[in-house]
Formats: sequence, structure tokens, C-alpha cells
Amino acid sequence: MTTTKSPALPLPLPAAKALVLAGGLATAASTFIHWTWTSEFPGDLTVDGYPGGLQILTLAAGLLIALFSLPLYGVKGTRWLTPAGPNAPVLVLGAAAAATTWFTLIAIATELGGLANLEPGGWIAGVASLLPLIGALGLPQTGPTVGLPSSGGVLAITRHYLGSFTRLVGPNPDLAPVKPLNRWVETLIIIAVAGLGLTVFTYGIVTEYGELFIGFLILTALGTWALMRAGLVSRLTALTARHRGTTTAAAFAAAAAFPFTQSDDHFASVGVNILIFATVALGLNVVVGLAGLLDLGYVAFLGVGAYAAALVSGSTSSPVGLHLPFWGAALVGMAAALVFGVVIGAPTLRLRGDYLAIVTLGFGEIFRIAVNSLDGVSGPKVTNGPNGIRNIPDLDILGFDFGQAHTFGSFTLGRFANYFLLMLLVTAFVVTVFSRANDSRIGRAWVAIREDETAAQAMGINGFKLKLLAFALGAALAGLAGTVMAHVSYSVVPDPYQFAGAVPPNSAFLVAAVVLGGMGTIAGPLLGATLLYLIPEKLVFLKEYQLLVFGIALVLLMRLRPEGLIANRRAQLEFHDKDTDTAAPAETDDAPASTDPGSTAGLTTAGA
Amino acid sequence: MTTQTVPAPRPEGTAAATPLLEASGVVMRFGGLTAVNNVDLTVNTGEIVGLIGPNGAGKTTFFNCLTGLYVPTEGTVRYQGTVLPPKPHLVTSAGIARTFQNIRLFANMTVLENVLVGRHTRTKEGLLSALLRGPGYKKAEAEGREKAMELLEFIGLDHKADHLSRNLPYGEQRKLEIARAMASEPGLLLLDEPTAGMNPQETRAAEELVFAIRDKGISILVIEHDMRFIFNLCDRTAVLVQGQKIVEGDKETVQNDERVITAYLGAPLEGATDTAASTEADQ
Ligand SMILES: Nc1ncnc2c1ncn2[C@@H]1O[C@H](COP(=O)(O)OP(=O)(O)OP(=O)(O)O)[C@@H](O)[C@H]1O
Ligand SMILES: [Mg+2]
Repeated sequence: MTTTKSPALPLPLPAAKALVLAGGLATAASTFIHWTWTSEFPGDLTVDGYPGGLQILTLAAGLLIALFSLPLYGVKGTRWLTPAGPNAPVLVLGAAAAATTWFTLIAIATELGGLANLEPGGWIAGVASLLPLIGALGLPQTGPTVGLPSSGGVLAITRHYLGSFTRLVGPNPDLAPVKPLNRWVETLIIIAVAGLGLTVFTYGIVTEYGELFIGFLILTALGTWALMRAGLVSRLTALTARHRGTTTAAAFAAAAAFPFTQSDDHFASVGVNILIFATVALGLNVVVGLAGLLDLGYVAFLGVGAYAAALVSGSTSSPVGLHLPFWGAALVGMAAALVFGVVIGAPTLRLRGDYLAIVTLGFGEIFRIAVNSLDGVSGPKVTNGPNGIRNIPDLDILGFDFGQAHTFGSFTLGRFANYFLLMLLVTAFVVTVFSRANDSRIGRAWVAIREDETAAQAMGINGFKLKLLAFALGAALAGLAGTVMAHVSYSVVPDPYQFAGAVPPNSAFLVAAVVLGGMGTIAGPLLGATLLYLIPEKLVFLKEYQLLVFGIALVLLMRLRPEGLIANRRAQLEFHDKDTDTAAPAETDDAPASTDPGSTAGLTTAGA
Repeated sequence: MTTQTVPAPRPEGTAAATPLLEASGVVMRFGGLTAVNNVDLTVNTGEIVGLIGPNGAGKTTFFNCLTGLYVPTEGTVRYQGTVLPPKPHLVTSAGIARTFQNIRLFANMTVLENVLVGRHTRTKEGLLSALLRGPGYKKAEAEGREKAMELLEFIGLDHKADHLSRNLPYGEQRKLEIARAMASEPGLLLLDEPTAGMNPQETRAAEELVFAIRDKGISILVIEHDMRFIFNLCDRTAVLVQGQKIVEGDKETVQNDERVITAYLGAPLEGATDTAASTEADQ
């Protein structure tokens, strides 16, 4: 399928290659010269010899281009970087460098008021970052060359060029499998990738201002695309499929290492909230992704768990004078959510499709209104109404006080870091539950119901019972997350448990996290939830436009990549189906992998 | 109205036959439309029975009544002597499996997974055992896969076990539906137009397949429009026209029956067209 076409730009091949390499180096170098004169633009880009803020991203892009131009020159020992051919990755990386750099320059110009605020370094960066892209356009690519747009209009032209670019880059490759490496080498690779993932994630979480976060998103999205196009991602997926246990352990260890990289407990609190949100999204994925039931009131189960845990936490404002240990509170929270799930599910699950969505939405709102009313005035005094249950004491498990900072060697773990680690265990539990349920008789029955309920019933599946089971399991998992959430946030109030709001968790965000990330996968909702938590957290300058921007972004994403950021194993198989008769016999009898390759993710426009 | 039920002539050599499926007086009305009108049908153990009739005669509706997808307005369906509850999943676990006229595979599941879903009633592992993954669970799961692979080998799709079912060619999708139905280890298999859309070679292969399934001890009730297929295969054939069974018998009986010929040539029967009992709908 590697039909080599003539390049988009008529450049001599050596010149094109040189342009890529030199451009990459020049881009990297330009970050050592100051880009602007005032430190009013966040990140202080006024210093020579010391890249800062957004310059770091340009530096990284430049260095990546330089690295990936080595296989372009056929340098020995670097060909493994681009198993699917060296030309396309530099093209995408060229676009990444240009996009990141020009985004920065435009941001400087708009925020400081005019291009005059750009200093020589900025101009150099702007020019240098275009060179690799131009050079890469001079390399023969697999896709068809870019033609001229057929009609006018800014949108039409943009779409035309974006579409042409995607086609020019070509689809992500289907690589023939290679001989496995030494077991230890493979393990080391997995560990290294987990470490890299941690670094990238940590960088994203600790970005201090919106511009940096947007730049970070641009670079990671395009960078991941480049890695996918290079074939590295499918190599890695194959490798992680061979070492499921190691991969899971490495991912878990990397996540557990996160609080140790933070000296400030603030980002640990961001981390723990992301974990809670992501875990609840994964629970919702049982309901939406596996069983195909659109539940628009799911956040209520999180609320049930949180309220249940708060009531038995020994809080002074709880009318229940009970103080259970955490495991007890967790069980109570899960059980309460489960009961609530069954009570709501039993009458509603006979409905299909849109009706179910509407009824669950209603029940979700009823929950919030009910806890608002149980304040002793309009109803019995249970939840204190809008005041909520406050002063929830910190957890104390086996003498480990979660409210105190603890020092381990040179690391200090603050309150949120403690909860982060606890929540990580809960997340690991939910991941295990999800993956085991998914790959089982029950999980298959859920997916069958999602695919065609009538046919599923004709196969002997009791549709109602299994849907109720999915609903109950999803509810219990959310309830469990709620019990931790009650303690993390000191107090439980009705507000967050609504259908739609500007900040997570709310039912709309949860559904969005699942759909955006990739239904039916594990990594999808985790990634989707992370993004959806960070975007409102980082882009505070959007203020009241947040929901609008958010909606537009969702619509765009669903147009470009309807299967979500991470394609389902089943959706992935669709691509593999093309090289059928070679690949299939090799993997006949082995039990298919239980989890999805969770290590990598990216925005691609594979099917555009 | 009175129904004329032709007394079913016993096919030759079925003296010792034990009835497996007995539908008696099945009526299915949709509002004013009587899609199935007082139909009796028996399928004996080891038999292949054909069900033919013009479009809209009510054949699929009759299948749906048998399998609990529709609750018949009147009449009962017995399987091995016990009355079937009108719930599809209970019918399947009782031992009746079916395919659909318009293929209804689980499109985004693999071929193997489709068959595994078919085994749902023959396996018991619940959520808890799936979460705990004890040795018993692993054994059951491995056994299930083995049996599913055997079935795929039987229909000749084992080399495509990991493909998505929606990516299979049409003929293979039909075969997979049969394998999925067989996975529930049925005593009776209902096939709704299994050769629709197939070319002559594929139809021949499907005939072989149906015989092979019967040789496994599974009785078969099959709806078809392909007369060659029906008369090659079936021990007995029933003809449904406008919801009523007008004839039942062996090849000769059916082929030579005048009412069948008129029904198929489109000549008006009781003043109606050959689509449905539309006269009744008007009243
Ligand atoms: N759910 C339903 N609601 C109303 N009418 C129905 C329903 N199902 C079937 N019918 C009607 O019942 C009649 C019989 O339909 P059925 O599908 O059983 O015919 P068929 O014999 O299977 O025809 P074909 O050979 O075309 O498959 C048709 O007139 C159809 O429109
Ligand atoms: Mg039909």
C-alpha cells in the first residue's frame, strides 16, 4: 500500500531533507533567544539562553523533528523510530512545531497588542518552525498531493487544507508483526513509556496558565499523531498486549509516582479530583459503553455514595451519630448507590433509547432536589439542604491520618497526596472490575444488548435482568468513588450533582468524558475525564463562554473522530480486518486481551 | 370466521415420530390485521419441516409467535410437551433457537464473540465469578471458547474467528447466524430464509449444512422462497397464505395442490391480493 507519489512541493530530495533537519535544529535554537520584551506575557519569554513557558514546547517540537529526521537520513540504529516509513512523521511533527510556535506568537501579539511586541527570537522561531513543514512537504508522501480549494469561504478553505493534509499524511499503518525482543528489554521499554507518560501528564497538570495548556494540547495531540503515523504506537500496542501484567503495573506505578513529583499539594488535589472524575466516568462506561444505556442522571449515584459516606463519617453536622471506619463507609456508600440504582433502574429499564435517557435525566434532578429539601424544613432533616454535610473528618486507616502531611525520606505527602493514593487504589479496583466484567459472559451479553437487544433476547439473554445488573454495577462503582470524594472535599453539598454545569462532575460531563474518550474502553474514559477536568480548570479565561466552547469542541470532535479518542478493541479490529488472512490464524485460540491498550492515546483524524 | 384446516397428511415413515414442537391454534392480530390465523403445526424429532408462502403471508410473524418475540393473541405453543412462556430468552433456554430473515448479528462483535453470546443459556458464570476469576470460571470460559470454535469449524468460519461480524460477506453472515443459534444447543432450529441473497452454489452449500445440522440430531423448521431448496430438504412442507395454513404435506401433495398454485401465481384467493389479509384490515 506504500505507493510513493510525487511530493507536494517540488524540492530536490536532499534539500527537502536538509530543510527538515536544519529547520528542526533552528526551531530548537530559536527558543534560546528572547521572543518578546516584556514579562507581561506569562512564562517570561524575555530571557536569552534560557527557554521558558511556551518556548519549552517549541524546543521540544524542534528536538523531536531533529530526532525523527535521523531515520530520514537512514542513520543506523534510528530506523526503529519509524517502522512505517520516515517521511510522514516529520510532516506531522513539522505541523506540530509550526502550530505550537505560531500559536505562541499569535497569543503574544494579541495579548500584548500587536506584532511590535515580538522580538527577534520570536521572528526567527516563526520562520524556523515553518522550514521543517516545507521540507517535509518536499518529501514524497503516501497520500495524494494537496490540490487547490474548489470554492471560497474561510471555513471551506480551512476544511480543504485540513482534509488535504490528513490525506497527505495518510492513514495510520497496519504493520506486520515483528519478532519479540528480549523479555527484559520489552519490560524496560514499558517502564520507560510509563515514565514518559507520567512526565507528559504531570506537565499538563501543572501548566500554570491557559496559553501554556493550549500549546501543550496542540503539541501532544499532533505529537501523538506523528507517533501513530510512524508506527511506534502499534508497535507499542503489540508489545503491551504481550505483557499485560507488566503494563498495568507500570501504569499504576507511574500514576502512584505522581504525588511524589509534586512539592505543592495543590496539584495533588487536582490529581485526586481527576481520579475521582475519571473513575466515575469508567463506572458510567459500564452502563453507556458496554450495555449501551444512555444514563443522563448518573452523577446522582456519585452523590448517593458521597452523602452516605458523609452521614456515617462522624461529621458533626450529620444527623446520624455513627462513625464507621473507611471500609465500612465505602461499603455503605456502594450499597446505598446500588439500592438507588436498582430502585431507579427497575421501572425505567423497560424503556429504550431516548426515553431511558430522559427518564434518567429526570431521576438525576430529583436526587438533587430531594437532598436540597431534606433540610428539616421542607422535609425530614437528613442532608441539611443546601448547606450540606460539613466538617467531614479526615480518614484514618490503620493509624495513618489522611489529614496530616507525612514525610517519607525526602518526599512529603500532603493531605491531597494521601487521598490521591487512596483514590488510586479505588481506581485500580474499578479498572479491574471493568476489565474483568467486560471480558466475560456477562460483558458479552451487555455488548450484545447494546448491539441488538431483540437478537440478544433471542440468544437467551434476559435483557431486563442484565441491563439492571449493568445499572446496579455502574451505580455501585460511582457510589464507591463518592465515598472518597466526600472525605476529599471536606463537605458534601447538593450543587455538583446536577445534569449540566461548567465544572465536572456533572452528568453531562460524565457522558461527554465517556463518549469523547472512547466508549467501551478503559483508557478512553480515563483520558476523556482528564481532559474534561483540566480544560475548565486551566482555561479560566473563557469564563462564561466555557460551556459554549466546550460544546463546539465536542461537536467538532464527534465530526472528526466519532469513535472517540481511543478506539474500542472491537473498532480497532475493524482496521486489522483488512489484512485478514495473514494475521488472523496467529491469534486464534488465545484468550483476547482483557484490557485495552491503555498507554497511548491521541487525537487523530484517521478516517477524515 | 371459519378456518379451513386441511388435515395434515402424515408423512411416510413417521409412525414412531415424537412431536417436538406443537403449535395449536396460533392467532396473531395487529389491530385489525390478522397476520397469523389459527395455525397448527407440528415438528417431530429429527424432521426438517418447510414453511412456504407468498410475501406477507405471516411466516415470520408465526416464527415470532413461536419464539416469544410476539405474544400470540390466541393459541399455545408446546415444546417437548410443555407450554412455552412467551419470553424469547426462556424459549431459547427451553431449546428453540432461531435465525432472522434480515440478518441480526452483533455487528461490532467478533465472529467468535457472536457464537459465545449464543452460548449464553448454556453457561452459568455470573458477574461475581467473572470478577473473582476462580479456576472454575477459567475452565468454563476455555470450554466455551473451545465449543464455539468447534461450531465455527463446523460451518467453516474458524479462520475468521477474530473478524468483526459486520465485515463478513453476506453468505458468511448467514452461516454465522446459524452457528450462533446452534451455540445454544437447541433441539429445534428455526431458520428464516437462510438462503435469501445467496447464489446457487452457496444455496447448495446451505442445503448440505442443513442436512449436517439435522444429522447432529437437531430438528429444523425452515422458511424459504426457494422451492428447489425446500423440496430437496424437507420431509414435510406447510403452506401459509394470508395467515392461514392451506396445505401441509410432502413434496407431491404441495406441488399439486391447486390452492398453492393459485396463491403463487397471484390469482385472487377469496378476493384478496397475495400480500396480506388486507380484506380483514378494512373491516
Ligand atoms: N409488528 C407488526 N405490526 C403490524 N403488522 C405486522 C407486524 N409484523 C408483521 N406485520 C404484518 O403481518 C403480515 C405478515 O408479515 P410477515 O413478515 O410475517 O410475512 P412473511 O410471510 O414473513 O413475508 P416475507 O416472505 O416477505 O418475509 C404483513 O402484512 C406485515 O405487514
Ligand atoms: Mg418473513
